[in-house]
Amino acid sequence: MSTARSELAPVQRRIAEIGFWVVLAAGFWLWPAYLALWSQILIAGLFALSYDVVLGYAGIVSLGHAAYFGIGAYTAGVLSKHGWGEPLSGLLLAALGAGVTGFLTSFLVVRGKDLTRLMVTTGIGLLLYELANRLPDITGGNDGLIGMEMSPLLGMFHFDMYGRTAYGYSLAVTFVLFLVMRRLVHSPFGLSLRGLRDNPGRMLVLGYPVHRRLIGAYTFAAVYAGIAGALLAQTTQFVGTEVLSFDRSADVMVILIVGGTGMLYGGLVGAAVFMIAQHYLSDINAVYWQFWLGAFLIAVVMFGRDGVLGACLRLSRAWARYKVAAKI
Amino acid sequence: MITSLLGVLFDGLAYGMLLFLISVGLSVTLGLMNFINLAHGAFGMLGGYVCVIALQYWGLPYSLVLPAAFVVSAAAGLLLEQLLYRHLYRRSHLDQVLATIGLTFMAIATATYFFGPLQQPLQVPKFLSGQISALGVDLNIYRGFLLAVGVALTVALTLALERTRFGASVRAAVDKPRVAEGLGIRVGLVFQITFAVGCGLAGLGGALGVQVLGLDPLFPLKFIVYFLLVVAVGGTSTLKGPLYAALLLGVIDVAGKYYVPEIGAFIIYAMMVILLVVRPQGLVSRR
Repeated sequence: MSTARSELAPVQRRIAEIGFWVVLAAGFWLWPAYLALWSQILIAGLFALSYDVVLGYAGIVSLGHAAYFGIGAYTAGVLSKHGWGEPLSGLLLAALGAGVTGFLTSFLVVRGKDLTRLMVTTGIGLLLYELANRLPDITGGNDGLIGMEMSPLLGMFHFDMYGRTAYGYSLAVTFVLFLVMRRLVHSPFGLSLRGLRDNPGRMLVLGYPVHRRLIGAYTFAAVYAGIAGALLAQTTQFVGTEVLSFDRSADVMVILIVGGTGMLYGGLVGAAVFMIAQHYLSDINAVYWQFWLGAFLIAVVMFGRDGVLGACLRLSRAWARYKVAAKI
Repeated sequence: MITSLLGVLFDGLAYGMLLFLISVGLSVTLGLMNFINLAHGAFGMLGGYVCVIALQYWGLPYSLVLPAAFVVSAAAGLLLEQLLYRHLYRRSHLDQVLATIGLTFMAIATATYFFGPLQQPLQVPKFLSGQISALGVDLNIYRGFLLAVGVALTVALTLALERTRFGASVRAAVDKPRVAEGLGIRVGLVFQITFAVGCGLAGLGGALGVQVLGLDPLFPLKFIVYFLLVVAVGGTSTLKGPLYAALLLGVIDVAGKYYVPEIGAFIIYAMMVILLVVRPQGLVSRR
C-alpha cells in the first residue's frame, strides 16, 4: 500500500486531494437534488474512515464496529429528544460516549488472535443491539427513537428538508476529522500502527507497547464512529435499532474493501460507490442487490483486494508506463 | 420448580445436540485448515430447505429425507470446496472472512428468491409429534428423537475418528499437517472428505432443526454466532470440546429464555464475550 502511494508524485497527489474536496464542496450545485443521499454517503464514508483505523492500520478484523456508531447515534438522539438540541455539543458528547465505550471494550478486543477478535467484536455488537431492543424506554425499541428536535446549526442554519444544512454540516465535520486523521496516520503513532499490522512480533521486540497502541487506535476509531453515528441521527432526526445491526458492521467492512484499505481515501470513495450502487440496484430489487454484493465480495477476494483506489493507481501506473514507452 | 428444571434441561440438551451437529464441521475447517468459514450456516440452511421440500411438497418419507439432506449438503460442500474454499486456505483471515460473508449473502439472496423471506412451516411425522410423561415431566417426543440421533451420531463420529485408519489420518493432519504429509497422508484429500462430511452434518442438523431453530433465509447469519461460539469455546482439537460447549450453550440459552425472557439472547452474547476473554484457547484444550 505504501508502494502504491509513492506512485503518484507529491504535487499530483496534492492536486488530486484538493480536487477531491473541491468536488465535494461543489456538490451543492453539482447534485442539488441528491443532497440527502450525499450526506448519507459522507457519513458512511466517515464511518468507513474510522473502520480503516481498526482494519487498515491496526489490522484488527472486526465485525462489530456498528456498536460505536450506534452509541454515538443514540447519545445524540436521546440528548436532542430531551431538549438538548444543539448539534455541535451533541456531537461532542456522542464522541465522548462512543470513545469511553471504545476504550473500555478495547481491552477485550486487543487480546487474542484474529478469530477471537472477530468473535469478541461481533459479540459486543450483538450485545448492544440486543440491549437497544430491550430498553424501549430509552431507545424506542423497534419503533425507533422519534421526536428529536434539532436546534439550528451555530444558531443560524436550520435543518431544511432539502438537506442543504445536513450536507454542509456532514461535509464540514468529515473534512475536519479527515485532516486530523491524515495528520495522525503520518505521525509516528500512525507509522507504529502500520508496523503492528505488518509484524506485531517485531514491533514488540523493538520495544513498542503493542497493547497500548492498539487500545489507543481502537478508542480513536470508536470516537470517529460515534461522531458518524451522531451525524446520522442529527441530520435524519431519527434513530432506529439498525444503527447497531450486524448488517451495518458488515456493510462498513464492504465499503472499506470496495474503496481500499489503509489508503485514507478508501473509505470515502468506497462509500460513494457502495451507496450509489445500492441506491439504484436495491431500488430495482433488494434480493438481486444482496446476491450481487456477495458475488462481488468473492470476486474482490479472488482477483485483487486493493479496491477502487488500488485499481485507479494501477491504471495510472500503466498510463505512466505507456507514456514512457511512447517517448522511446 | 424441579419439573420445569428437568424440562428445561431436556430441551436444552436437545438444542445443544443440534448445535453440535451443525458446528462440528466448522471445528474441522478451523482446526485442520485454520480457515474462518462464516458461510457454514448456509449448509445447515440448505439441509433445512431440502427437508422442507422433500417432506412438504414431494411427500417423501422421513427416513429418506434426513439422509437426503445430508447427501445434498455434503455434495454442495464438496463442490464449493473445489470452486472456492481451496483457493483461500493460504490467504489472510480477512480474505476468508470477506469471501465467506459474500457467500453467505449469496445464499441468503438465493433462498429468499426461491422460498420467500418467511419462516418455513414444517409438520413432523405423526410418530414423532406429541408428548410423553416420564417422572412427572412432559417430554416432547421430537426432542427426545433429536437427543437419540445426536448421541448415536456422536458415538459413530468418535468411533470413526478413533478406531478407523481414516480417523487416524484426520487426527494426524490436525496435529501436524506437514509431518502427516511427510508420512504419505494426503492431507488435501483428507481435508476434502472431512469438509464434505462436516457440511453434510450441518445439513442434517439443519433438517432436524427446522422445528427447533426455525428456518428462514437469514438462518446462516442468525446462528453463525452460536456455531462459532461452540467451536471457539470447545476448541478445535477434540470432538469432546465442541460437544460439551454445544450442550452447555444449549442448556444456558434455553434456561435463559425460559426463566428470564426479558433478557433473552443477551445472556448468550455476554457469556460468549466473557468466556472468550477468560479462556481464549477454549474450555477443553488438549495441550
